[in-house]
Amino acid sequence: MSEHQFRFVASDRRVREDRRFVAGKGNFVADVDLPGALHVALVTCPHAAARITSIDKRAALKIPGVHYVLDGAELAAGTDVLIAGLDTPNVPRRPLAFEVARYSGEWVVAVVAETRAQAEDAAEAIEIDYEPLPFVLDAEKAMEKGSPLVHEAHGSNVLLDKTFVWGEVEKDFAASPRKLALRVKWGRSSTVPIETFGVVARWDSWRDILDVWASIQMPRYAEQIAAALKIPATSVRVHYDVDVGGSYGVKRGIKHSVLVGYLARRLGAPVRLIEDRLENMRGGDAHGPERLFDVEVAFDNDGIVRSMKLRALENLGAYAGRSPFQLGKPIGAIVGPYKIKSVEYRALAVVTNKTTQDAVRGFGQGPTNLALERAMDEIANKLKLDRLEVRRRNLIHRDEFPYLIPSGTTYDSGDYETVIAKVLADTNYDELIKERDRLRTDGKLAGIGIAACLEPSGGNATFEALLNPKITTSTFMDSCRLNVDGNGTITATMHTTSSGQGHETLVGTVIGEVLQVDPDVVRVTRPDSLNSLPSGTPVGSRMAIMLGGAAFHAAQKLKAKLTAIAAHDLGIPLERAVYEQGNVYDRDKPANRRTWAELVGIAYRNMHRMPAGMEPGLAFSHIYPVPTGGTLPTADGRVQMYPCFSFEFHLVLLSIDPDLGTPEILRYRVGHDCGTQINPKIVRGMTMGGIAHGIGAALYEEFAYNDEGQLIAQSFMDYLLPSSHEVPAVKIIDHETPSPLTVLGQKGSGESGYLGAPAAIANAVNDALKPLGITINTLPLKVSKLGDLIAEARGK
Amino acid sequence: MRIELSVNGVKHALDIEERTTLLDALRDHFALKGAHAGCEHGVCGACTVLVDGMAVRSCLMFAPQAEGSTITTIEGVTPGPGELSPIQDAFCETHGMQCGYCTPAMVLTAHALLAGNPAPTREQIVEAISGNICRCTGYAQIVEAIALAAERMRGANAPVEPRR
Repeated sequence: MSEHQFRFVASDRRVREDRRFVAGKGNFVADVDLPGALHVALVTCPHAAARITSIDKRAALKIPGVHYVLDGAELAAGTDVLIAGLDTPNVPRRPLAFEVARYSGEWVVAVVAETRAQAEDAAEAIEIDYEPLPFVLDAEKAMEKGSPLVHEAHGSNVLLDKTFVWGEVEKDFAASPRKLALRVKWGRSSTVPIETFGVVARWDSWRDILDVWASIQMPRYAEQIAAALKIPATSVRVHYDVDVGGSYGVKRGIKHSVLVGYLARRLGAPVRLIEDRLENMRGGDAHGPERLFDVEVAFDNDGIVRSMKLRALENLGAYAGRSPFQLGKPIGAIVGPYKIKSVEYRALAVVTNKTTQDAVRGFGQGPTNLALERAMDEIANKLKLDRLEVRRRNLIHRDEFPYLIPSGTTYDSGDYETVIAKVLADTNYDELIKERDRLRTDGKLAGIGIAACLEPSGGNATFEALLNPKITTSTFMDSCRLNVDGNGTITATMHTTSSGQGHETLVGTVIGEVLQVDPDVVRVTRPDSLNSLPSGTPVGSRMAIMLGGAAFHAAQKLKAKLTAIAAHDLGIPLERAVYEQGNVYDRDKPANRRTWAELVGIAYRNMHRMPAGMEPGLAFSHIYPVPTGGTLPTADGRVQMYPCFSFEFHLVLLSIDPDLGTPEILRYRVGHDCGTQINPKIVRGMTMGGIAHGIGAALYEEFAYNDEGQLIAQSFMDYLLPSSHEVPAVKIIDHETPSPLTVLGQKGSGESGYLGAPAAIANAVNDALKPLGITINTLPLKVSKLGDLIAEARGK
Repeated sequence: MRIELSVNGVKHALDIEERTTLLDALRDHFALKGAHAGCEHGVCGACTVLVDGMAVRSCLMFAPQAEGSTITTIEGVTPGPGELSPIQDAFCETHGMQCGYCTPAMVLTAHALLAGNPAPTREQIVEAISGNICRCTGYAQIVEAIALAAERMRGANAPVEPRR
């Protein structure tokens, strides 16, 4: 479909959610005020690892307003362990540490009081005795024999060690005249939303229902709470009409929710836990990947890459929920946009005494792109070829789609050369090189960074089965229910929370497009979890594809029924009935027609005018499976991962102050192709925001630890989020290669800026430092680190 | 302790624990939920309100320190139910937000900026919002919203040129 066929899709329409937000009328979890609600504050472990020898609650319980003090032993007895992704039964994860605490900041005791201030006061009055234990922070050390064990019962710190070989890797390496190896490290950072995680729960003993309001973005949330609390899933009602104040993957507070759910049932009162920033950054279990890559590439003298060996070692932190799967998703785009014939991939995940991770934007793809794009640069450097030229020689060509990569995934569509050409038409590459060289002549360190990356989108979860054979999930789905009432007004439902992606606008726009009616007349609601159809939730850059697909098909069902009713009532064959803007007319005699109001009237009130056997009313559901889903991995570890692949090409000019090490981004262009843009304002915002987030991961953000295992970046004064000063003006150059697999040609767009920016910036920094003979492959590239490296190099 | 202050044009007296922050007082005592807690240590700016017209972090100010002050929150700059100020409307026009969590503070910061500088440059806008962290947008559409609002507000009182 070309954009010219659309009425509302791809047009510059406002985002309906924005009205409530600019007026401060969002409904965030902290705004949910339940009468009599009790507040939770947490007591955390001060050691990197310690046995809990005693807990004295007496002083705390004497403080006015304090209702309860919960420890890990009581909670462990009353709940089941949290669900883990891998098959690691000896690595149990619970909301409160039980017997042993495994990282500094881990929650040990929860204090419940009438106000948050009272709860915090009482938390300070809890006396806990610890016996410190040996600990390990570094992933490589954690793999060594004799390392302290984070979970003794597991017998080692390695939770995952799986090697995949796709194609003739050894043969291709042997046949290649050139090889190079490099180590690349992605530092421990995360998405760190401005709203912390929060959850409010209330147990109704007379109806056996736990009502939950939470700042959540997670699949199977209600059922995981129910499982841990050992109550039927029908006894958990999650309210999806809570606005989530940013997530980008990480708002998965299952441990918070089980804790609060338990307390709400135990105390018979509403209970709320709204993390403060310290709780969020330390014990909120919301860190992101910390990944070490060993990359080997085999290539020929023209820079054509024939094969790659990638070893990825993930430092999970102390416990593992879904986080190890972040080693799995990149398999679906393991060669990026390049024609690499064979790949060996070793995925290693170890536990250490650091904060637990959760899903972060891109689910592991960002680090993998960094490794791949650093390798492309180093190949060019080794061959003394232009870095852009090396990439061009390896790109998958537009006429090669659909393109099967060695790991078993087929890319849907793309036109990488054109996207790159458009960026270069906007920014003359030769001029950019001259500008860099002028800066160098002026005494600056200046570099150009290039990164070409893919954004896999439409998330299903086949990586689960790839890394844990006990899981046999071969699809994810999303749903929409569409109802036209007896007055002819339209309501559509979606069945999850949103965290800024504009899903209500998405649903309204798609349904408006199909029905050819103003999207603003489509009311979009979010029923609670007990009234919902299945939703895979907004993970894996999937909602435009999946919720958009579900809404599209539900609207098509409505259209088909209206057309059938009209044809019957007009006494014409179905194929002559034409739907147009809600009305249906006879193609042969256009004056012969039924209006929307008439058709609604027949469906609701005139059964005698309906086709025989047709259901009355106008209500439709559609459950939409992930396109290309439905198959499990093969025995040799090949799988169709995500269906759609957006493309991005980043081009950055950056200078570094040679005395201070301060980087400054002078030019930033990004070519972006996510197929049809359902709402261009939203796509632009996602791309820009992703780049800003990527700038943070590349230059500023790190959950740094000291040698004692203490997190030393635990406030926004130490963990630096980019402000308006750090984010440059970015020009986005759009291109649209529609996906043949989706209803409107759309692909995902929530991650691409974040997936490519760190690689582009790392490449720019390395280009800038090349004259000094410095190569740096460890993120973040902090000012202090750059300054030291430059000083050292100049001192030589 | 008992304090008196003006909130969104209405004078109030209230009894409050000394250590209550202005942010908590606004949210818990006045049910003004548009002010948001982000970091509660004065970096992110999500709690920004106007105190005597200045953009101030309400998490760093105790409510008793606001004694005698005039406080304006996002609820106070919203003209009426369902009605938007020109700045709020401009944020909608450019989609200068995503999740909406930092948005009320951004809008108030923009109000404070434009009250003193009706024609800010891009650099001045960037400087004004540099104390408000937005994790979603990368700021571009926020900067554009404020520039658009400024342009519209400057034009609002200009005589309409007759068409030739």
